[in-house]
Amino acid sequence: MAFFIASSPHEHNRSKTSALMRLVIMATIPGIFAQWYFFGWGNLIHIGIAITCALITEFIVLSLRNKPLNKYLLDGSAILTAILLGISIPALAPWWITVIGSIFAILVVKQLYGGLGHNAFNPAMAAYVLLLVSFPVQMTNWQPPLSLLPIDLDFNNALSTIFTGFTLEGYSVEQLRTHIDGFTMATPLDTLKTNLTLGLTLDEIHRAMPMVFGENFALGWEWVNAGFLLGGVFLLIKRAIHWSIPVSFLGSMLIFSFIAYSFNPDLNPPTMFHWLAGGTMLGAFFILTDPVTCATSVKGRLIFGALAGFLVILIRNIGGYPDAIAFSVLLCNMAAPLIDQYTIPRAYGQGTSKNTEELK
Amino acid sequence: MSSIISRIKKGQWWKFHGGIHPPQQKHFTYNKPIRNIAMPEELILPLKQHIGQKGELIVSVGDKVLKGQPLTQSHHPMAVPIHAPTSGTVKAIHDAPVAHPSGFNEPCLFLEPDGNDTWKKRVLCENYQQLSHQAIIDKIANAGIAGMGGAGFPSHIKLNTKPEIEFLIINGAECEPYITADDLLMREHCNTIVEGIKILDYILKPQHILIAIEDNKPEAIKAIQQASANENNIQVCVIPTKYPTGGEKQLIKTLTGQEVPHGALPNSLGIVMQNVATCFAIAEAVIDDIPLIRRVVTVTGKAVEKPQNVWALLGTPVKHLLTQCQYQPQPKEHLIMGGPMMGFSLPNSYVGIIKTTNCILAPTAKEIPNEDNEVECIRCGQCADVCPSQLLPQELQWHAKAKNYDQLTKYNLFDCIECGACAYVCPSQIPLVYYYRIAKAEIRYQQQQELKAEKAKARFEARKKRLALEKIKREEKHRKAAEARRAAMNSNSAEAQSAKSAVAAALARAKAKKAQTAEQQESSKSQENIVEKNTSDKKSAVAAAIARAKAKKSKTAPKVEEVVEKTNKPAKAAATQQEAVPAVDSKKAQVAAAIARAKAKKETQNKTTKTTKTTKADQTKSSNTTTAKPDATKATKTVTKKTAEKQKATSKKTQSKAKPAASTTKKVTAKAKAAPKRTTANQKVTKDTKTNDNEKTNNIAVTSAENAEIKAQKIKAAVAKAKAKKAAETNDANNQNTQESDKKQRIAAAIAKAKAKKQQLNQQQQEST
Ligand code: SF4
Ligand code: SF4
Repeated sequence: MAFFIASSPHEHNRSKTSALMRLVIMATIPGIFAQWYFFGWGNLIHIGIAITCALITEFIVLSLRNKPLNKYLLDGSAILTAILLGISIPALAPWWITVIGSIFAILVVKQLYGGLGHNAFNPAMAAYVLLLVSFPVQMTNWQPPLSLLPIDLDFNNALSTIFTGFTLEGYSVEQLRTHIDGFTMATPLDTLKTNLTLGLTLDEIHRAMPMVFGENFALGWEWVNAGFLLGGVFLLIKRAIHWSIPVSFLGSMLIFSFIAYSFNPDLNPPTMFHWLAGGTMLGAFFILTDPVTCATSVKGRLIFGALAGFLVILIRNIGGYPDAIAFSVLLCNMAAPLIDQYTIPRAYGQGTSKNTEELK
Repeated sequence: MSSIISRIKKGQWWKFHGGIHPPQQKHFTYNKPIRNIAMPEELILPLKQHIGQKGELIVSVGDKVLKGQPLTQSHHPMAVPIHAPTSGTVKAIHDAPVAHPSGFNEPCLFLEPDGNDTWKKRVLCENYQQLSHQAIIDKIANAGIAGMGGAGFPSHIKLNTKPEIEFLIINGAECEPYITADDLLMREHCNTIVEGIKILDYILKPQHILIAIEDNKPEAIKAIQQASANENNIQVCVIPTKYPTGGEKQLIKTLTGQEVPHGALPNSLGIVMQNVATCFAIAEAVIDDIPLIRRVVTVTGKAVEKPQNVWALLGTPVKHLLTQCQYQPQPKEHLIMGGPMMGFSLPNSYVGIIKTTNCILAPTAKEIPNEDNEVECIRCGQCADVCPSQLLPQELQWHAKAKNYDQLTKYNLFDCIECGACAYVCPSQIPLVYYYRIAKAEIRYQQQQELKAEKAKARFEARKKRLALEKIKREEKHRKAAEARRAAMNSNSAEAQSAKSAVAAALARAKAKKAQTAEQQESSKSQENIVEKNTSDKKSAVAAAIARAKAKKSKTAPKVEEVVEKTNKPAKAAATQQEAVPAVDSKKAQVAAAIARAKAKKETQNKTTKTTKTTKADQTKSSNTTTAKPDATKATKTVTKKTAEKQKATSKKTQSKAKPAASTTKKVTAKAKAAPKRTTANQKVTKDTKTNDNEKTNNIAVTSAENAEIKAQKIKAAVAKAKAKKAAETNDANNQNTQESDKKQRIAAAIAKAKAKKQQLNQQQQEST
């Protein structure tokens, strides 16, 4: 009778990577819901396109690499990447943007580097940056929240816009973005950036375009961010992600935005605006925390998060792009191996203990 | 220090990094008493059941052994003996699968119990406090006790510590799931355990004794608390349940907040840790003279119908235990020795229980699934969060897979205690520990190879040097020898004369010996001749006679003598060789000794009654193997002393050395005769000793040759060298041991042997007369 031989430990807590991925996917629901509520069906449609493309790409590549499909195809990592990309793309961007993005994310950023666990960059963010650089017009065509739209952007309208460029009634995205007063509405961050470059102060911008910012900080966006924050807290409670990165990231954003704000409140928006505008919370809880591409040790992750926060503030306040999550994520991904090199934790009984010296 | 104790008293513990809480699963066996089981049909005893080296086998196939009788003995501090767990017959000794993760075959002894369970003679120790520390430590070592908590580190080594011991920690944490062996032992035998702790206390004199028990064992805690209530330096520490609190390093951190430095042992912090089961075994060994022959084993898992703790004799096949607990064969059989976290899979169930086996886990496929679900590491870092050694398992596995050994060392792979916490939580279900084991083994192998290469190189160079040196020496010797020979033959100097007389003496002795064995009448005559020729003191002769008679007596206690013979065999050989040097110096003493012997022989023939009387006291003593040796030495001393009185020309010391040498001379006189020319003998010695691995012996031989030249005792030197040669021949194999033995012992042994031989001759003589 052949006995089964296995290496210890024989016990396992029965957790699975795919389960972890599923958890993260579930945690995006509140944010997506907020997005749907404020911006309509656009992002959901993009998510659908992205998942389809990502899975097909993954399937082809895995087959070519002779990897076991059952283990990897539905491990959730490709789906998660697709969802994150779908969330980040402007709701009414044309369909091919998502197709190119998701194929690039899976094929080049993930699989060409060796597949799950081997990619140096966050696939969703790398794809996003590629798209932003290649198709700046489409990638900045954020529609304003539904409440500011002249028409009712229902599912069919959104679908039609994504695939044909026009709503069923024949409006183009450009037209949708035009305010009744005749100016083009952009995202709050965009608006801010454009007008700051034009020499206006924060106060003046707010007074000129109050509807973009709404009553609080950034109309619509603040709720989307709140949704992702909620999902992130859920992940923290479930211990699916480590607290270190979100905490250090948001903390460093707080510190640096506060420094900038106190330096010149006219030109630098306050912390709450930074936290609640753009993709901050998505970045903090879902993208920077992507374990594959972040630093390893707790200390390393604290540094990693802080660096990301610093870069976001730097680019938003000084740099040329309105939002900076994707760029700073990629930069930090690059820095991660270096951070890891210098933040190996002290092992039990190693180094600092004075006993070691005594022994010697 | 005081803060540590006050914290402990308050029940505040330090936290070690990480740790996990796997399901306890102790309920299977938690509330059932330890059961005695039927005697198995066969016991499979691996010769090595601990960390270290295996002992030397002292029984052979077919021997009948008694319960508790040692089966191996140890010459090495890291070797502990094993004992027969019951009386029976040694059936076979060969390699067989043993309880070790490597799954290698190792030498095992197969014992067939006779069913009588007859004990060897035991010597109970009423009051161990009358024994010296060393005596107790020896008792523990001889009882074969090695750490029973898992690693199997020889216990006596831990007790033989020099530094001041601050904390003696008794580990009753038992943090692995399923296992309840220590728990039950603490509940049922708390008094014996405390007795064992007191013995340790007596040896180590620690400032504090901490008994650490996880808080999931309330009954054991209560039992131990009651049993130790009167000991005010014992502190029962109820620590939180967390895996792996029971790990030595983790427990030390939990209790004292200190970390054992990398590469050091806990005693560098003044801490000694022993497992509760070990304490139990120590108490039994020291007080009741029961060696380590049984232990408590938890037989558990859903595949056994009656999971329970049992008293298992060491060597009990796992199959027998399973049958006793009604194992239900599974479609996919999986047996784990040890717990689910650190235990290892058994290759089959014909493996014997060893000293470190605390659990046999027979799970169903559902209970512990064995699917290979490994996917790539997603670097989630959960493993690093739980690693009690604060390592980065994800980096380690990455480098282990890439065989990047330098990086592995940098990430402190060797601080990994293989607790398995990382693999337990890994969502990618990577068998991390498995990769570490492979990597560790490979790194060790590499290091060994490097070391070997270095050693080989050093050896080669040393050999080259030695050969060159020897060549020079040889040439020098040839030259000197030629000169000396010329001088000896041509001149009529005193030197030459003495040399000649030495030859004569040697010849005479050889003749005497030959005559003895051949024709008794004639031999005694020739002896008388020599005696008459060389005037001698009667006293010395009597003394020699006594000594020999003693030797004879000890011979009459046959078995004991045999043991002495056996153990001394290598020593003797060395002695003969080494004594060659002084022998050359004291030719005169030798002659005298030979004379004395010859006389003594006669005396013995005549005055047997007288000598028997004198040696009666010694006779009783010599029944003991250990006393036999000193006896012999004593005898020699008397002899030499007497001889010294007579031969005042030479110093006492030289004489005592000369004596044994002289006794051996007899053996090789024939050879010496055959080698009339020193030069040839010289060459032979060099040649022979070259084949000898042992450089030390080699040197001695060379020095002996040199000495001989300086003194110009040419013929003597030839004799000595011939002797050395013979010695080299006889002890080539045993050479290495000889280094270690005490010089005195060697001399004694040599004398004893020489005497014994003489005695034999005497006996023959007597018989024929
Ligand atoms: S727990 Fe497993 S998957 Fe996560 S980092 Fe460690 S090895 Fe990688
Ligand atoms: S097995 Fe080694 S690396 Fe894994 S948790 Fe234990 S000590 Fe850390």
